[in-house]
Amino acid sequence: MKHTLSVLVDNKPGVLTRVAGLFSRRGYNIESLAVGITDNPEISRMTIVVAGDDHVLEQVTKQLNKLIDVIRVSDLAPDESFERELALFKVKVDKGSRSEILAIVDVFRAQIVDVGLKTVVVAVTGTGDKIYAIEKLLHNYGIIEIVRTGKIAMNRGEKVVKIS
Amino acid sequence: MSKKTRMTGAKAFVESLRAENVKVIFGYPGGVLLPIYDELFDADVKHILVRHEQAAVHAADGYARATGKVGVCIATSGPGATNLVTGIANAYMDSIPIVAFTGQVPRPMIGNDAFQEADITGITLPITKHNYLVQDVNDLPRIIKEAFHIASTGRQGPVLIDLPKDVTTDEVDFEYPEKVILRGYKPIKAGHKNQIKRAADIILQAKCPVLYVGGGIISGDASKELVELAQAINAPVTTTLMGKGGFPDTSPLCLGMPGMHGTKYANFAIQESDVLVAIGVRFDDRVTGKVDSFAPNAKVIHIDIDPAEISKNVRVDLPVVGSAKSVLKMLVKFIQESQQKADTAPWIEKIDNWKKQYPIHYHTDDKLKPQYIIEKINEMYPDSIIVTEVGQNQMWAAQYFKFTNPRTFISSGGLGTMGYGFPAAMGAKMGYPDKIVFDIAGDGSFQMNSQELATVVVNDIPVIVAILNNGYLGMVRQWQELFFDHRYSHTTISNSVDFVKLAEAYGALGLRVTEPDEVCPALKQAVDSGRPTVIDFVVESEENVSPMVPAGAAINEILDLEVKS
Ligand SMILES: Cc1ncc(C[n+]2csc(CCOP(=O)(O)OP(=O)(O)O)c2C)c(N)n1
Ligand SMILES: [Mg+2]
Repeated sequence: MKHTLSVLVDNKPGVLTRVAGLFSRRGYNIESLAVGITDNPEISRMTIVVAGDDHVLEQVTKQLNKLIDVIRVSDLAPDESFERELALFKVKVDKGSRSEILAIVDVFRAQIVDVGLKTVVVAVTGTGDKIYAIEKLLHNYGIIEIVRTGKIAMNRGEKVVKIS
Repeated sequence: MSKKTRMTGAKAFVESLRAENVKVIFGYPGGVLLPIYDELFDADVKHILVRHEQAAVHAADGYARATGKVGVCIATSGPGATNLVTGIANAYMDSIPIVAFTGQVPRPMIGNDAFQEADITGITLPITKHNYLVQDVNDLPRIIKEAFHIASTGRQGPVLIDLPKDVTTDEVDFEYPEKVILRGYKPIKAGHKNQIKRAADIILQAKCPVLYVGGGIISGDASKELVELAQAINAPVTTTLMGKGGFPDTSPLCLGMPGMHGTKYANFAIQESDVLVAIGVRFDDRVTGKVDSFAPNAKVIHIDIDPAEISKNVRVDLPVVGSAKSVLKMLVKFIQESQQKADTAPWIEKIDNWKKQYPIHYHTDDKLKPQYIIEKINEMYPDSIIVTEVGQNQMWAAQYFKFTNPRTFISSGGLGTMGYGFPAAMGAKMGYPDKIVFDIAGDGSFQMNSQELATVVVNDIPVIVAILNNGYLGMVRQWQELFFDHRYSHTTISNSVDFVKLAEAYGALGLRVTEPDEVCPALKQAVDSGRPTVIDFVVESEENVSPMVPAGAAINEILDLEVKS
């Protein structure tokens, strides 16, 4: 089972090392990690995707909470939250394929963010599934490079993960 | 009105220690610590100069265990800092409150592989409760305040502060903060009332309850409450190595130690218990043996200050997160108020029979037995603080000395650090100069920090090192005897050194004992001398620690090993 944790931490040097170190030391696997500042510049948010059963999740949460720099840990329920990732695909183009790629970009509401003589860069945001789907299609034209962010996620509706 | 005074970081360091009411620190100087040591030259905080930094951290740890206060040590950058690592890990495993200061190269040089640079905050990340690299002198007083707070509250543990040299020479308007503000650190103290109520209900229905208690009773200052609980429900108590002294060994309800070298009756009682109340313990593998067969019939109630300990190793039926003292207080109150009365008389009778049938014992003959020495120390000086090294010596001390008070048994539990005992004894003696302090040592372990004889002699810290000299790395030899066909590969250490002459070379008193009837006179001479003393007890060389649960076995599969002649 995959879990998405929204973790508020003090925006201090070394916090990332502490969190990453905790995962490796205790034998947990980080599947994806995204870090960014929050509306409060003293606080950063880490969105961590971790795989494991309930026991693992309970331990991860408790161990994270023990870190002094960790302020809050929240396990986002899949049906009450949504997630996004951003991916950049550098794809080979020629005269023949250009319009087909543009059509795909259109369907996925992606963007062309760079155009070269022999390449285009496609930027797409969405769920992991959506990114996987466009990747599969673009594959037919030859993907030269992929850059993906970690997943970020947020509760739906009024619910927030904030410091209390 | 502000009472700020302008001063250097080094001076602010000393002032902060004063504000924390630190009486003694253990340390060793070096280049980057020169500004701090210059301040220590005429400061009123006492500094004990050790002979190896590992001894500084162990001494701070021993001081903390004996007194309950935060122990403090300091070492220079690079090798000084890395020499602290074992002692910090040791304190971390046993949840001991210490604050370790290390010098660091000046900020502009950090990361350049400068002379004597080591990334000590990186190195100690997994073995500290928290650590700091001070980047700005203005943060120093706050960081020291936080460090003492973090070390001494919640589940206690070591905190390290790395001090770049230029931070100690920069100036700050010093004012020691009164409050700590840490958004991410709010240790839970009082347990959940309904959970405690439920615990009381389960306990009152138990026919065969066992209280399994550990270091949390000692660090949580909950011995009194534990005794009240045991009496209120008439339940037996087993104390782990870390919990020794938390419940009087002399009580009829005491089961002694559980686990690998525990008593048979403690292990049998756990295995047959219907309710196991675990308090301030972490279900260490040395206690549980084969974890799937541990306490198979018991409902497990786990009381601990650290939520992460709940269900870490063993499934728990009812968790209560909180400090042992506050939880036990409320638990006892609920039990006393209840109409229900636990009837454990048949259970206690069964246990008493086990106790009669399987007492802790050893084969007595006319040879000098290590167990006998512990018994004599206990008879003559029952109020001593007993510190141990690691190995057979440690187990015999735990098995044969009857501890009646918390903080009188000091031993490296989780990490099992040879060389811990002697410097820790020194720290304990600094905390309690009027108490008799013994280091029950092995001939191997003592050689790991014997250089501290200089420290105890120069500073007149009269601890007594009782070496149970068997000429072996005895505990390892015991395993080789039992599981490796008597092949004593690299465990023979006899004739390493003449311990009496070694003691004398440092100016300590050295005594040698080879016969049983010399034991008491030698102990008396050591205590009466008032001097740091080493007693070389030349004991039966292949004596084993018994009983024993082989690794990986269930704890009721416990063997007698002692009969040998
Ligand atoms: C620093 C360290 N190194 C190695 C060990 C492994 N070890 C555990 S007990 C032991 C033998 C200890 O010998 P000694 O101090 O003579 O005690 P005895 O068992 O003979 O009483 C060893 C080597 C350890 N616990 N700590
Ligand atoms: Mg030995």
